[in-house]
Amino acid sequence: MSSSESARIEVIPDRRTAGWDLLWSELSVLFRRRRTWAMLAAVALIPILLAIAVRLSTSTLAAGEGPPFLSRVTQNGLFVGFTSMVVAIPLFLPLTIGVVAGDTIAGEAGQGTLRYLLVAPAGRVRLLLVKYAGAAAFCLAAALILTVAGLLIGAALFPVGPVTLLSGDVISVPEALLRSLLVAAYVSLSLLGLSAIGLFISTLTDVPVGAMAATVVVSVVAQILDILPQLAWLHPWLFSHYWLGFADLLRQPLDWASFGTNAVVQLCYIVIFGALAYSRFATKNIQS
Amino acid sequence: MTVPAADFAIVTEGLTKRFGQQTAVNSIDLAVPSGSVFGFLGPNGSGKTTSIRMFLGLVQPTSGTVRVLGERMPDRLHTVLPRVGALVEGPAFYPYLSGIDNLRRYDSADRYASSRSRSARIDSALERVGLGNAAQKKVHAYSLGMKQRLGIANALLRPRELLVLDEPTNGLDPQGTREVRSLVGALAAEGTTVFVSSHLLSEVAQMCTHAAVMSAGNIVAQGTLAELRGVDTARVRVLTPDADLAVETLRHLGLAAERSHMDGTATWVLAPVRDEVAEPETIASALQSAGVRIRAFSVEEPSLEERFVALTGEGFDVVQ
Repeated sequence: MSSSESARIEVIPDRRTAGWDLLWSELSVLFRRRRTWAMLAAVALIPILLAIAVRLSTSTLAAGEGPPFLSRVTQNGLFVGFTSMVVAIPLFLPLTIGVVAGDTIAGEAGQGTLRYLLVAPAGRVRLLLVKYAGAAAFCLAAALILTVAGLLIGAALFPVGPVTLLSGDVISVPEALLRSLLVAAYVSLSLLGLSAIGLFISTLTDVPVGAMAATVVVSVVAQILDILPQLAWLHPWLFSHYWLGFADLLRQPLDWASFGTNAVVQLCYIVIFGALAYSRFATKNIQS
Repeated sequence: MTVPAADFAIVTEGLTKRFGQQTAVNSIDLAVPSGSVFGFLGPNGSGKTTSIRMFLGLVQPTSGTVRVLGERMPDRLHTVLPRVGALVEGPAFYPYLSGIDNLRRYDSADRYASSRSRSARIDSALERVGLGNAAQKKVHAYSLGMKQRLGIANALLRPRELLVLDEPTNGLDPQGTREVRSLVGALAAEGTTVFVSSHLLSEVAQMCTHAAVMSAGNIVAQGTLAELRGVDTARVRVLTPDADLAVETLRHLGLAAERSHMDGTATWVLAPVRDEVAEPETIASALQSAGVRIRAFSVEEPSLEERFVALTGEGFDVVQ
């Protein structure tokens, strides 16, 4: 075990690695946590509860009543996923993102592991990037799980067939599945701005619950601002403004416009709040 | 004092940290010789942990410099810290992960740690601190002492040139304390510089070759243990009913003897001794041949404790 018999130890470091290990470690720690799976399970419950409620109810909905697409669910199970996305995106998904993104740095600080990661040394910038990547992976996982659960329960409880799009065109089942994945991609993209805000807030405190709550509050405030007509000038710049824009992905031909605009807005938030998180965290005194 | 940096594992110059109005660390000049086991003593709240956090790049100094292994911190943190193992202000782990997975997590944060040797290195670190059997247990089931051991294992994941151990025996039972002491000895024998902070004098006295004493943000003393004790102030203590005769005899030998307090019918006579003046056995036989009746005779090294209480003032351990 003793590595050297000489009086002075010469530590020849292993070669510097690319450093991907920390990313895998982050993903494995995140997705091995029971809390993460509890949240993902709750996400999966949304389409399941929605489908069961629709199946059990005898009254038929008039078109346009309830959340968008709800009236179509009984005719085609593939709509369960879309409908539950609409239901989940204003509050439930931001809530889970708030938990994950708010926990990124503050959670490590709160339990004291931050100082050990930094003396390892993880590198502050690298740690921020890895933490953000973890939050982004959670966004993708949540959107995918919601989509997959929606497809499965939809197929189990309702007929499945070619899908009539908002534009009136009909697409085949495989193409509808592809569109479902596109919607999942759109929704995870939509949540990246909020994740960046959560990451920044998380660098401000050692109390993870505070950072989580603040992130959720930010998402609620953004949505309130988004419905005030007096602030119409601000609306295109709100990270939540395009959250429901995925309906454009259900037109024929595919309309990428809102996907693109959404990506630009999210990118702006990532750049701004990423920079804020960096400036805050790079020189922060780690006292936890 | 300018010395080649390589001879010192840690050197600080005028290192200062202020938090608002409060000065936590006040312009300290510390020099930790390479290969030493260096004790960093001071009451809780004296600025030890803030200093350590500055050495490790966790806290930015307000002014002054730190060099660790010859390199400026925190600028050269990425190349310095892989060569440093640290236990900072108690162990901290992911409670929902096992001991082994916690070490995996920390090791994967070090870009110089090869993933190929990871399992082997983790196993040997766990063996070294006696946690081999608890490796698969979740950390929330660990006792404080086990967490402390795991924290030390984390510091030993790779061969290190410098180990910074902040209160390493906190929460350990006497057995564990002894194990840590012998571990520190073994690591020092391998050539690692060990920097141990503690508020326990006895611990430092038993483990360390050098020490520095901190009090209220200042370093009030540093040097080898012998220097700190003050080697030339050992003293002889004689308990005798013939106090006057004893004092006279000792003064004949060239010692500045003095009467101290009474103890029953006898009196303590004290005299500082220097080896070059008189060996203790010479003193004892001189007293006997002068007819001094001796009830007790001892030569006392000045205790570190007395020295440190003198340095740090009242209430050395009050805050712990």
